[in-house]
Amino acid sequence: MYKYDNYDQAIVDARVEEFRDQVKRRLAGDMTEDQFKPLRLMNGLYLQLHAYMLRVAVPYGTLDSRQMHVLAHIARKYDRGYGHFTTRQNIQYNWIKLEECADLLTELAAVEMHAIQTSGNCIRNISSDQYAGAAADEVVDPRPWAELLRQWSTFHPEFSYLPRKFKIAVIASPEDRAAMRLHDIGIELVKQDGVLGGRVFVGGGMGRTPMIAPEINPFVRAEDLLSYIEACLRVYNRYGRRDNIYKARIKILVHEIGADEYRRQVVEEFAHVKTLGIDPPLAEFDRISAFFAPPAFDINASDEIDRNDPDFAVWLDQNVKPHKQPGYAIVNISLKPVGGIPGDASADQIDVMADLAKDYSFDELRVTHAQNIVLPHVAKRDLYTVWQKLNDAELANANLDLISDIIACPGLDYCSLANARSIPVAQKIATRFADMDRQRDLGELKLKISGCINACGHHHAGHIGILGVDRKGVENYQLTFGGSGAEDVSIGKIIGPGFDEDGVVDAVEKATEVYKTLREGDERFIDTYRRVGLEPFKEAIYG
Amino acid sequence: MKILTGNDLGSGAVTWWTGNDWSIHVEDAADVGEHGESILAAEEGARRVNAPYIIDAVATPEGPRPAHIKDRVRALGPTVRPDLTLKPADPTAGEWVI
Repeated sequence: MYKYDNYDQAIVDARVEEFRDQVKRRLAGDMTEDQFKPLRLMNGLYLQLHAYMLRVAVPYGTLDSRQMHVLAHIARKYDRGYGHFTTRQNIQYNWIKLEECADLLTELAAVEMHAIQTSGNCIRNISSDQYAGAAADEVVDPRPWAELLRQWSTFHPEFSYLPRKFKIAVIASPEDRAAMRLHDIGIELVKQDGVLGGRVFVGGGMGRTPMIAPEINPFVRAEDLLSYIEACLRVYNRYGRRDNIYKARIKILVHEIGADEYRRQVVEEFAHVKTLGIDPPLAEFDRISAFFAPPAFDINASDEIDRNDPDFAVWLDQNVKPHKQPGYAIVNISLKPVGGIPGDASADQIDVMADLAKDYSFDELRVTHAQNIVLPHVAKRDLYTVWQKLNDAELANANLDLISDIIACPGLDYCSLANARSIPVAQKIATRFADMDRQRDLGELKLKISGCINACGHHHAGHIGILGVDRKGVENYQLTFGGSGAEDVSIGKIIGPGFDEDGVVDAVEKATEVYKTLREGDERFIDTYRRVGLEPFKEAIYG
Repeated sequence: MKILTGNDLGSGAVTWWTGNDWSIHVEDAADVGEHGESILAAEEGARRVNAPYIIDAVATPEGPRPAHIKDRVRALGPTVRPDLTLKPADPTAGEWVI
């Protein structure tokens, strides 16, 4: 994985010291909160319901064991013994003290991590496929491109004050594991006649106005990609609305002027940008790519796996995915125990995952947008040992992509923007469907919960989505069906009036019963829904 | 009744105006009546508490309870982590929150 050069380290260290001084001035009363707030947000420090919250960037979700151990250390020393992995492949700490924040950032910087650009109207953490470098179906490893975009977007002088926040995803597989088309810019790396380039989608997003990004260019040659993305941002920066926060995202601009007109303007701007020479020289791209060279796989590694332990076999079938290297597999660690908090991991669990990465996965981990962790390169001969160690740490939940593998935002339990609690609903649904045979019978069913219309829990992209709203001071939950963040991307539709907390759990259960009655062959829940439509579900739920 | 709340500048902890100081316990909150704005102005000048604001609350035998669910959650702590609330040893402590 990428290692900071002197320049990377210097700018991060300088930013920490700058923030240390800003905090000191704030605590001394030399700055008002109005003056300080934009400065702390630029460093990922929010003020939430109970305390300050720090969002730490995990570039394209990639970590090594040293970094993961420091995340555990921070959870113990500066927080309350746990961290929360997010849908942008980051980690958040919920109980940070302002007076300790600069020391925390110093410890992060020592392992090449920071919280810069995890808030504010700038380009946020670049996200990618959690299986990058391991997936059997990828055209190339997307991480060098994600890293290039990270370097380009870090402190980009033109794009530090965009009309609104900006999210970019890069994938390189036909199977979309990163909700790519629900980003402001989504890039799918592809090859045409052996030439590498990118399909570029612009103007997707969730929030109060969910939109699927239209394809703006079917093939931008790799050597032009950075200039093309710069042009996309420049058009947005010039014409994106700054007068209305609800209409400020690029999706609104692309929607209002139309994809054709936006494309025309990008082409015009691109012609100008290409004269500026911002695309990296090949040597620099090669330097970055070298950090992502495949690890030293054992080419004689066996594909044999002993499946005698039935619990192990279940986990193997559900949480372990094919690797492009024979003899190896991709291990998904679910952070969704029954009755637990989606995405939360204790400091001890974070340490366990770090140790497993070090010992069994070439020192690599990934954070997924579904709030789980991946060990990308595990030899098949080690799978049983890894499973046993995960089991000992209560991390062997065999529920990947099942109904209890729920994405949920922090909701009203933590978030100052939320209108309703998300976590208790997730806990009740996971508990209702705790029986693994029942979950496995239902098959892939992506359930996603947001505690407000900002949609941090990706409810629009849930096969079943749940949106918490405030109805005269009482929590109420709307159900949506038919969303997907994958390559069959779609936006879910509200099915009818909302429910209270227990009511929405009952409604979800009724929906699964309808699915079981109507499904044909290998249809997933969403396939059946798309085939039969809403009515049978609505009739069962509302009577 | 009207009470004042904010977050402590240094720790970020939820705090409540007691009449002459700030407390982390909502039970200590004082009814500020019509004086909320003037207290806020003075306290913002003191810069001990972040973004304090006035909320409606209900007087109960156990002390003031915020009218809105968001401030009730703030008052005790996350409902999903009773061990991290202000009263981790009391399993009934959160019954009034929701």
